[in-house]
Amino acid sequence: MEKKAIRVAYGESLVKLGAENDKIVVLDADLAQATMTNGFKAAYPSRFYDCGIAEANMVDMAAGMSTMGLIPFCSTFAVFAGRCYDQIRNGVCYPKFNVKFGFSHAGITLGEDGGSHQAVEDIALMRVLPNMTVFVPSDANECEQCVRAAAEINGPVFIRTARLPSPIYDPRPFEVGKGTVIRDGSDLVIFTCGIMLEHTLDAVEALKAKGLNPALVSFHTLKPFDEDLARFYAAKCGKVFTVEEHSIIGGLGDAVASALCGTGSFTFRKIGLNDEFGQSGKPADLLREYHLTGEQIADTILHT
Amino acid sequence: MDIKQLQDVCRQVRRDIIIMTNKAGAGHPGGSLSIVETLVALYFDVMKGIDPKDDKNPDRDRFVLSKGHAAPALYGTLCERGYFGREEFDGFRQLHGILQGHPDTKKCPGVDASTGSLGQGISIAVGMALGAKHTGKNLHVYTIIGDGESDEGMVWEASMAAAHYKLDNLTVILDNNGMQIDGTNDQVMSLGDVRAKFAAFGYDIIEVKDGNDLTQVLDALHAPACPGKPRMILLHTLKGKGVSYMEGQVGWHGKAPNNEQAAQALKELEG
Repeated sequence: MEKKAIRVAYGESLVKLGAENDKIVVLDADLAQATMTNGFKAAYPSRFYDCGIAEANMVDMAAGMSTMGLIPFCSTFAVFAGRCYDQIRNGVCYPKFNVKFGFSHAGITLGEDGGSHQAVEDIALMRVLPNMTVFVPSDANECEQCVRAAAEINGPVFIRTARLPSPIYDPRPFEVGKGTVIRDGSDLVIFTCGIMLEHTLDAVEALKAKGLNPALVSFHTLKPFDEDLARFYAAKCGKVFTVEEHSIIGGLGDAVASALCGTGSFTFRKIGLNDEFGQSGKPADLLREYHLTGEQIADTILHT
Repeated sequence: MDIKQLQDVCRQVRRDIIIMTNKAGAGHPGGSLSIVETLVALYFDVMKGIDPKDDKNPDRDRFVLSKGHAAPALYGTLCERGYFGREEFDGFRQLHGILQGHPDTKKCPGVDASTGSLGQGISIAVGMALGAKHTGKNLHVYTIIGDGESDEGMVWEASMAAAHYKLDNLTVILDNNGMQIDGTNDQVMSLGDVRAKFAAFGYDIIEVKDGNDLTQVLDALHAPACPGKPRMILLHTLKGKGVSYMEGQVGWHGKAPNNEQAAQALKELEG
């Protein structure tokens, strides 16, 4: 299967969008070669602003630029969402300014740079902010849809992207705030987002081999969250698992838990980083270390 | 307006500050009183495209109160300029009021950016100036920062960017009243040679010896821009200016006058 890193898709999507909409400007904090905004920089140099290694100033500069009718996309590593959090909160979300955040290298699969650079808390930080829309695309096609949707939304949008190549799936219908049924099933349901789609698909195969019929639902939008779809599949299957490359606190698992709270009685388990930081290593080894390979996910589900 | 009329407006804005903070029993009178001349000069004389009836005119000059706790001074100025009626003062810092504890662009007409978290306003102003250049708008962006606020690293990040992007359509006004919450600047966190520091960051600097002298303030604000450089007006002001018992007193940073104190202040501020 053809693969492409979602961050690469983010950069390519900006270039495409830039050709269609001259209000799009891109800001980066000296990471254009990593966040992949260098394509936009090459295509539209007069619409690219390097802010130097000063993420906080980048965010509020974008806030100011948005008041002139521009649509700024800020790009840096997801781990720096914490570094410029006050600016995202007070400079952008509080006044509901029209600023987009394409933050890359999220999660442990950033790999060798280690735990200091592996964001496991960014979804939680962004979900809790009023006026913020949160996207976690699972492949290159979905990423382009998220970038296009972000430009259409009048207000702040966060897009979480990953470093490593991920499989490109057949294009799926996209609607902001709606989950995607990847596979219908009846024995249990797995809810996932982002690059964990690849690994939950592997888990589904392992579970099928054990005679189970699992449902799999992927969410590109974590806020607003498709609570109806989560409730429907939880009610249908009874056993609910959430899988994310993020802390089990404050991310997809908690979005699902909030949706299900008070709606019935379920077996429920959140699979992700268990209130812990990552560490250096090869991404594949890190997924195994934190029990996030398809085989391990299936094993956890079978033993719950 | 002539200078006498502008001075009358300043006196009225000072009264507004006392009335608002007294009614609310809270607020920041000290650092509000120190910037009255600057705000009145900006909104009544210097800024272009200012029209209370059309406060979204895309080509208007912009103002960002980076030291957002001085909101009473901004609210008083906007009120005197006609953006809203004096009855709104009753809602200052109150539930459903448009005059929030710190300026809120979504709630208050005439407020161009929500501020209060220090260091952010100057950065937003830099973005506005850059965005104006990008979109070909011939407008000027003004922002007032505090000397205490300049403890924030972000003030220096924003200054670096203003010089890098050659924002000669930006004026940063530094309210150098020498005091912050816990004491004088030198007691809390010394800025050292503040002029030399900001000059090294690339500003064209005009120093105003008495930042509460309207004529000096107007002269500085009307000085032609220096091509390719952001402007800083280094304004030496007196915290609490105009109210005898507040002048130069650290304790009046974030404390409201009681009824007796307010009455005395209003008496001092009679025309």
